[in-house]
Amino acid sequence: MKYTFYLTIILAAFWLLLSGHYTPFILACGAVSVALTVFLSLRMRVVDEESQPVYLGGNVIGYWLWLIKEITLANIDVCKRIWSPRLDISPTVVCLKASQKTPFGVMVYANSITITPGTICIDVDGNNLEVHALTWSAAEDLLGGEMDKRISALEI
Amino acid sequence: MIIDALDIVTAICLALGCFLGISGGVGIYRLPDFYTRMHATSVTDSACAFLILFGLMLQSGFSLVTVKLGFILLFMVLSSPTAAHALAKTAVQFGIEPLLGREDKR
Repeated sequence: MKYTFYLTIILAAFWLLLSGHYTPFILACGAVSVALTVFLSLRMRVVDEESQPVYLGGNVIGYWLWLIKEITLANIDVCKRIWSPRLDISPTVVCLKASQKTPFGVMVYANSITITPGTICIDVDGNNLEVHALTWSAAEDLLGGEMDKRISALEI
Repeated sequence: MIIDALDIVTAICLALGCFLGISGGVGIYRLPDFYTRMHATSVTDSACAFLILFGLMLQSGFSLVTVKLGFILLFMVLSSPTAAHALAKTAVQFGIEPLLGREDKR
């Protein structure tokens, strides 16, 4: 019930922000589409705690800032390698152990790896991640485990 | 004066974003196999998209357009790693072997 309420509020806010027209007819259309979406989600049984990660606590903003810094550094590194005449790459596949307790935490970890240029998570099996890295140094950074620790710290 | 500063920052963001987009394209051309090419596209997905959207947000100011650009950014951040992972996983299941070790040739 709680999650149905959250979903309705989020969808209504999303609709109001996207629409920009606030006449009665359009608002009624919006209300109907929100109700229909909630009804369909309930029928599909996708309204549960996984769709709304409200239990993610801790220093999320701090993690985002750190991730943006990492993405920037990785972008500079990959761009340098793309433009260098020697094409200095050493493709590597490594296996990592995710230390997060929930599937959601593992999902955040895998997606953080993939969104960073130079590393792509190619397979997730429980807590074992298989990662393809463009360079050996990028793989070594991941094996260092700083990102893993920071995401584990986000979990309650 | 403030408008001028905003325009300059926007120009820098857009130019950098375009450069990163071109880098992604060059990377797809130069890198040797499927998986390494995916790394080049993730440059375009992350920093290029972010810089271009940020530059456009500076121009639109406090309005609904900015909110919509923010939504585009949010959904790109959520969907592009998911799509990249799905692509890579499918390639593994399809039996494409990643090229390993030091390879300097095209």
